[in-house]
Amino acid sequence: MSKQGRDAGRVELTGLSKRFGGFTAVRPTDLTIPEGSFFALLGASGCGKTTTLRMIAGLEAPSTGRVLIGGQDVTGLPPHKRPVNTVFQSYALFPHLSVADNVAFGLRRKGRKDVAQPVKEMLELVELGHLGGRKPAQLSGGQQQRVAVARALINHPQVLLLDEPLGALDLKLRRQMQLELKRIQTEVGITFVHVTHDQEEAMTMADTIAVMNGGVIEQLGSPTELYESPKTAFVANFLGQSNMLPAAVLGRQGDDLALDVHGVRMTLPASRAVPGSSGSSRIVMGIRPEKITLGKAEPDDAHRNMLRGIVSEASFIGVSTEYRVRIAEGSELVVFSQNRDDERPRVGDEVVLHWNPRHGFGLDAGQDLDAGTGEDAL
Amino acid sequence: MTTPAKTSDAADAAEAAGPKHAGADGRPEPSGPARALRAITGELRRMPYLLLLPGIAWLIFFFLVPLYFQAKMSVSSGTLDKGFDLTWTWSTFSAAFEDYDEHFLRSLYYAGAATILCLVLAYPLAYTIAFRAGRWRSLLLVLVVAPFFTSFLVRTLAWKTILSDNGTVVGFLNTLHITDVTATLGLTEGDRVLATPLAVVTGLTYNFLPFMILPLYASLERIDPRLHEAARDLYASPASTFRRVTLPLSMPGVVAGTLLTFIPASGDYINAQLLGTTRETMIGNVIQSEYLRVRDYPTAAAMSFVLMAVILVIVTVYIRRAGTEDLV
Repeated sequence: MSKQGRDAGRVELTGLSKRFGGFTAVRPTDLTIPEGSFFALLGASGCGKTTTLRMIAGLEAPSTGRVLIGGQDVTGLPPHKRPVNTVFQSYALFPHLSVADNVAFGLRRKGRKDVAQPVKEMLELVELGHLGGRKPAQLSGGQQQRVAVARALINHPQVLLLDEPLGALDLKLRRQMQLELKRIQTEVGITFVHVTHDQEEAMTMADTIAVMNGGVIEQLGSPTELYESPKTAFVANFLGQSNMLPAAVLGRQGDDLALDVHGVRMTLPASRAVPGSSGSSRIVMGIRPEKITLGKAEPDDAHRNMLRGIVSEASFIGVSTEYRVRIAEGSELVVFSQNRDDERPRVGDEVVLHWNPRHGFGLDAGQDLDAGTGEDAL
Repeated sequence: MTTPAKTSDAADAAEAAGPKHAGADGRPEPSGPARALRAITGELRRMPYLLLLPGIAWLIFFFLVPLYFQAKMSVSSGTLDKGFDLTWTWSTFSAAFEDYDEHFLRSLYYAGAATILCLVLAYPLAYTIAFRAGRWRSLLLVLVVAPFFTSFLVRTLAWKTILSDNGTVVGFLNTLHITDVTATLGLTEGDRVLATPLAVVTGLTYNFLPFMILPLYASLERIDPRLHEAARDLYASPASTFRRVTLPLSMPGVVAGTLLTFIPASGDYINAQLLGTTRETMIGNVIQSEYLRVRDYPTAAAMSFVLMAVILVIVTVYIRRAGTEDLV
């Protein structure tokens, strides 16, 4: 019981890796998930996020490394002896048991006899109090999802693991359940480790996100941190959209780097460039589409970075319009512009693009700038 | 108010559609495509019945009609030479019961024992094939049905050799004094295994094992492996996972397998004939000899009916108790 202290819900992974035959699913990873946090492992399918979760649950044995939960080494423990519970992808509810019996399953295995009251309370927490007698097959997708959450939470695990818990739901229900899960997590206060491929889901719910790619954690941080200051092209593309501009480093001016982008001089705060990249002669400057102002005239503020271009595409989205602006042969920038002005640029118009240098971010030039876009990023 | 208006509208529309298509009764005939569509939907409605037809015809000609003649025969009397007349002689039934009650009981006992043995042998095997066999799965399934490539008779005769008095199997069992134990239990006699109840039950078990394995495999294979993981995650030990999740979910397979084993085993006569003696005679042997040797057709028919009724009762009670209504 001494382990049930303040840090009972802390998860520590040290040098954890997993190989399946010749394939390395997870490269040696060190990670600490603090007690009480809503932690998301985000990445495309096959990036190793689910394998990492399964190693925490004990459903997969690590090839190297250790798993500590609440300071206790559980690496060698089978799943039924670990103080964690899992909400499985597509729920894995027991089809032969009623909803109430599904929820009571864990308590009964631990030898509790008086399960009726806690089951009732837990079903009420997930707003399913009236459906305890039904079989899982008689419930809708959203209801089954809540049963899966209740079935795990009733055991008061030190850590709750969620494996793509909302993947099988339609968009509207998914939004609703995101808020619901967040509410439940705040209410019960235990550590949630959430695996998802949906960047929006991760950003809505989690307070810390680890972006995984190719079996390694590319970057770890709060949603704002990851979004505003991505450290790799993968993170920049996987979370939202980014414009990538290859640039030559001309030199340093105080705290800023002077850059040459398509023959135009620009600046970028040296602190916003990935360490190491500022020393080399080539760099990639990234800028988010909504940070760019699109206008007809040059900005009054001479410190802003500025490019000229021709609108090649304009798609009206509602709250905003997505423009594609050609700035050089074969190079286009994406710009999101709020539909505030009555007169909006049209295709073929010559426009001026400008942004605050502090909104840019500098990445290492030697990487695939399309990483994290396209099909695998869905 | 709206209904009459609608009708007149429809009539107007029909008229507007053109009187060219008007049929003999004055109503408009559907145009070409509409008629074709209706013909197709009509065909589709009849389709299920058409597909059922061969099966129903088979059942009528090869089950219901013979059953009728058998029923008629069971209450007839006479001899093969003089012919059988329908005399409504019910005493055949009571006589069959009185004369052969011990054979009935023995059949049920042997078939029950073989069914239990089959279940005990088949479950771990089906479980392994379903969950652990990996790429060997198909090969193992082929091996399970492989005995069917030889005839039932030949396979049963082979057991005569396997269990022969001077064979290695019996010698081995003798050395380990297992035959002493089975002899005490009344399953074998002396140092022999052949020509004892044990031999008959062994033969039955061997012959009906695939009928147990296949439905068990089918139901185990359908269980989502994530349910095992979920159970393990919810503090169930491997044993508890089996008892609370795997076994209940495989019950349809258990019920189907036991029925497919028990029903034919209780009517079987080949195993008792080849591996047993007159002391191991089962009801199937009696019916067979009444038909083919004694040629007392009414008695044979009556006994077949009694056997059918007994099995029907047992199966009904069993399915009710097992609670797998969704199986049948």
